[in-house]
Amino acid sequence: MLRIIKKPEPSKQQLVAIKITAVVLAFVASTVFILSLGHNPFSVYFSMLEGCFGSLYRFNETVVKTIPLAITSLGILVAFKMKFWNIGGEGQILMGAFLASFFALKFPDMPIGLLIPLMIAAGMVGGGIWALIPAFFKARLGTNETLFTLMMNYIALQWVTYLQYGPWKDPNALGFPKIPNFSSNAVLPSVFGIHAGWIICLLLIAGVYVFMKYSKKGFEISVIGESETTALYAGMNVKKITLIAIFMSGALCGLAGMIQASAVSNTLSIEVAGGVGYTAIIVAWLSGLSAPIILLVSFLFATLVQGGAYIQTAFQIPQSAAQILQGMILIFVLGSEFFSKYKIDIKKEKSNNNEDSARIA
Amino acid sequence: MALISFLAAAVQAGMPLLFATVGEIITEKSGNLNLGVEGLMLLGAVAGFQVGLITSNPFLAIIGALLAGAAGAFIFAFLTVTLRANQVVTGLSLTILGTGVASFTGQSLMGQVVPEGISKFFAAVNIPLLGSIPFIGPMLFQQSIFVYMGYLVAIAAGVYFYKTRLGLNLRVVGENPAAADASGINVTLYKYVHIIVGGALCALGGAYLSLVYIPSWQENVTSGRGWIAVALVIFSMWNPYKAMLSAIFFGGLDIVGFRIQKFDIAISQYMIDMLPYIATIVVLIAVSAKKSKENMAPQSLGEPYFREDR
Repeated sequence: MLRIIKKPEPSKQQLVAIKITAVVLAFVASTVFILSLGHNPFSVYFSMLEGCFGSLYRFNETVVKTIPLAITSLGILVAFKMKFWNIGGEGQILMGAFLASFFALKFPDMPIGLLIPLMIAAGMVGGGIWALIPAFFKARLGTNETLFTLMMNYIALQWVTYLQYGPWKDPNALGFPKIPNFSSNAVLPSVFGIHAGWIICLLLIAGVYVFMKYSKKGFEISVIGESETTALYAGMNVKKITLIAIFMSGALCGLAGMIQASAVSNTLSIEVAGGVGYTAIIVAWLSGLSAPIILLVSFLFATLVQGGAYIQTAFQIPQSAAQILQGMILIFVLGSEFFSKYKIDIKKEKSNNNEDSARIA
Repeated sequence: MALISFLAAAVQAGMPLLFATVGEIITEKSGNLNLGVEGLMLLGAVAGFQVGLITSNPFLAIIGALLAGAAGAFIFAFLTVTLRANQVVTGLSLTILGTGVASFTGQSLMGQVVPEGISKFFAAVNIPLLGSIPFIGPMLFQQSIFVYMGYLVAIAAGVYFYKTRLGLNLRVVGENPAAADASGINVTLYKYVHIIVGGALCALGGAYLSLVYIPSWQENVTSGRGWIAVALVIFSMWNPYKAMLSAIFFGGLDIVGFRIQKFDIAISQYMIDMLPYIATIVVLIAVSAKKSKENMAPQSLGEPYFREDR
């Protein structure tokens, strides 16, 4: 009989080995896929790497793509740790970007030293409030947060679309639906050739790591995630902690939105989030909800996106091929997680019984 | 007259939503939350269109779409049921994969139009007697065969859930898999079958878009309808009969903006586009506030079932 049984907690090496096997398998599958397109897989891979690291400019581009992904994933991490399935990152990014843009457009002449901090705060509040709404109903009525946060994404998207095509439309853009560019005071400055978002990102990685591991609140969040009953029994105010944690989660996503709007697109647009909110869920999950690993996985994802864009021009392989690649890697890695938690036991029914009786004896 | 033509158009706009919603209801009744609906619809849209273009045969086009959806859903089932992967993450990955495959395959289809044999087959057909009922006739019964198939699928799902033994078993699997397991129901088999059938139906919704509604190939034909379907499942409280009404209602919301423009009413289309999601949230809150068992999501929704965990 085939039986699936739970493994004891696997060692770090085992976990890494399983993940690496999955990625290798995914690459084997992708290789077959690229071969079927009639290309040499190795030159395609090589050119993807070239697209990411071939020049300083391309490397910077890869880092720029890593930043929002990593920060949003950190936000998702905080929520997922307490088993609050926040899949509203996309909307929280947009609303963070929206509120930050509000100040950027309203006070274009404010000195940069004041405006940028104000926009950062606004971005965090915007994203935080957008997450707080579902969290409030979850805490009060037990409303399903997965579906609620998902719906909030679309409301945010329509809201920004409305602004872009309606009241905030740039009158000087010759009818083209875009929101005016920010003044230079509202643009995050560059440090070593890359916008300062990378410093914020690294600080946040460290901050979230320390917060989750060493702070009382971080500990409480993990306990609630493990078992709400335990948390209640220990006298924690579960509702209050939920609200605080989810506000943090949304605030991080909103901050990612502010950075994108300020540093990358220099304005608010519906492309500010561009699916990062969804990809971040996958990144957070594949990282095993660990802040330092999020940095690594985000970078790998950014490599895929950046490299995918590059092979489009180099090989005339449509960018959707990179998307397929991404999907395949995801599926292999997701499937592999099973082997870190369970093992398959092949035994005859009889010997199984014997073992049981032997144990009793 | 304008109202009737609007309602008939709402039915047409609601049809892709109805297929996908009923498909997702079937999936969720087995306790699985598949957020890959958008990806599955796109797979169905591209497979149906491609097969239709090659064969000019409507039946083969439909079968192609069904198979594509079933294949996509099988991946989801294998990962979440057998390998117990997280359902939310797996569903999102499926959407990424489906979107990628559809836009990749669709590259060569860009700008192509559905062959005449198929568009003729799916042209509006007046059902004798029913079609001549005033008001309701022109709205519901002077439509494409594909639309009638939608009614049929929804009604069949309703009968299956509420009137058959198998449907009852399915609901037990979704509510309490441990109890189902103890009473001798093959939980794994039920989950697999319903995820796959549900996925195939989602794909059919996509095929309706590319073969009948548009009917030509364009990038991202679904444009977020898969997500609306996820919302509709909640809005119709996991009930396929209510799904019929709500799909038509949401279909109406989808097209009302363009029709309103004629009357110079100062409501932005983008505000109207928000309504489906706001309505869904209101329903979500109302359902959780009432705490009535009947209208709630299946209890084990989103949780993997593992016998040894009991």
